[in-house]
Amino acid sequence: MQIYLPIAEVSVNIFLLLSIGGGVGLLSGIFGVGGGFLITPLLLFIGIPPGVAVATGANQVVAASVSGLMVHIRRRTVDFKMGTVMLVGGFIGSNIGIYVFELMKRAGQTELFVQFSYVFFMGAIGTLMFQESFRAIRRGRSGAAAPKATTQRNRHSWVQRWPMKMKFRTSGLYISVFPPLLIGLVVGFLSATMGVGGGFIIVPAMIYLLGMNTRVVVGTSLFQIIFVTAYSVMAHAIANQSVDMALAVLLIVGGVVGAQIGTIIGFRLKAEQLRILLAILVLAVSVKIGLDLVLTPGDLFSIRSVNHP
Amino acid sequence: MIRAILLLLALGLARPALADEQVVAGLSENQIAITANFNGSDILVFGAVKRDAPIPVDKPLQVIITLEGPPNPVDISRKGHVYGIWINTQKVRIAAAPAFYAIATSGPLGEVLSQTDDLRYKITIPQAIQDAGIADQATDAQTFVDALIRIRKEEGLYVLDQGTVSLDQSTLFRTDIKLPANLTDGLYTARIFLTRGGKVVATHESDVLVQKAGLERWLYRLAQDNPPAYGLLSLLIAIAAGWIASAAFRLVKR
Repeated sequence: MQIYLPIAEVSVNIFLLLSIGGGVGLLSGIFGVGGGFLITPLLLFIGIPPGVAVATGANQVVAASVSGLMVHIRRRTVDFKMGTVMLVGGFIGSNIGIYVFELMKRAGQTELFVQFSYVFFMGAIGTLMFQESFRAIRRGRSGAAAPKATTQRNRHSWVQRWPMKMKFRTSGLYISVFPPLLIGLVVGFLSATMGVGGGFIIVPAMIYLLGMNTRVVVGTSLFQIIFVTAYSVMAHAIANQSVDMALAVLLIVGGVVGAQIGTIIGFRLKAEQLRILLAILVLAVSVKIGLDLVLTPGDLFSIRSVNHP
Repeated sequence: MIRAILLLLALGLARPALADEQVVAGLSENQIAITANFNGSDILVFGAVKRDAPIPVDKPLQVIITLEGPPNPVDISRKGHVYGIWINTQKVRIAAAPAFYAIATSGPLGEVLSQTDDLRYKITIPQAIQDAGIADQATDAQTFVDALIRIRKEEGLYVLDQGTVSLDQSTLFRTDIKLPANLTDGLYTARIFLTRGGKVVATHESDVLVQKAGLERWLYRLAQDNPPAYGLLSLLIAIAAGWIASAAFRLVKR
């Protein structure tokens, strides 16, 4: 069954869109990532124009994240205070990001810039996470779980010395507001320049840099992602008219169902298992984009209608 | 119909050079509505040759039918190998290329159309692309135009069908033109050329309006006319859907 998408101006199979939404929603629920870094390449692959893919992907991320967040709110695994502090930083960062993106556009190499950011950030974060969670799993198997907690605290003691301390009870932290503010800023910047929600960056940052209680990391990340992506949906709708609502609705219907199932699976998995799976996923996408840059493309030429979003 | 014929007669009189044979033509549709379940469409182009004198026998009559979509500027990029990675290194902008272009003929193109008349009436696909001034943008600019034609042919947007116009008794002709599912809306123009010995002896033109209809049209207009409202509506749907799904799953689990 085909549907003609009014903004993308292509005809696509309905069930294909439902399953893309469902698959990405599932992962979003499991890992607490928005899934923007997966849905945009998938939409491009099935022939949606790039501008529409980025903007509509962001809209789907909002829905999947709201759906996942509701479950976490009920289980009280959201640190709203931490999320809000990060959002303040995120808002500043995304405005800087939009400005830098404009500069890159004028230089004429946005595509390359975005691809390099993907390969670099996702490759680095994926590798770090993979190493850490692999060690954690091995340590867990050998039965020596005790030293982990102490090393974690010791490693981040420098954070304790920063001024303006604030109590984040849900996260089990009493730290300066500046580290979360800075993390939010960096994530906001990257999401504006890479067109993603930033979940794959914020989740490891919360775990490794802030040393947050892993149970509240996913819920808090979803809370922050909703606002960052909603901001980018509005920006795309106003600047480029590139949000395709019909496409979004189909992705969302699949996505919210997938996210619900994913959240349940996420609660059953161990934190280390979650992290190693997310690490593999992030690495896979970065390797794929890296290969696209290195391998000889099938067609050297590409065309783009100038009036089209 | 009578008015149309009178109009054709009037046009014929105004252009005595083409007056020996005239085209009387029709389209199966003058409007195409793109609705949510639009999955391509067919247009039947049919007509007859009207003449006062007996059919000339020296050179056989041939028919060429074109259907042209709205023109748009297009950027064509070419990747190059720089320090081991493939990046877009060259770009050529075409001033106007039709979003869709189909050409159907009653015989092999080389026989039914001479090069001079192709240049004059801009009938074949390369002629339909307005690529003036591209030579300044790249040394081998023509390869970019060739790539555009090749990619659009692969997407079914540029079509050359030789010998698909059926011509009966040198008088009645008809052909089916397939419109693909990835159609852009706008004003499409159907042109009919009668040729003898490669020279165009009569022409006819009529329009087909392709536009979005129903919900498709409403969404498109809202996105264009009131972007903030459209953006907010998109977000509202996303938030509501996320909330409903979560609430529904909670009920199911009880």
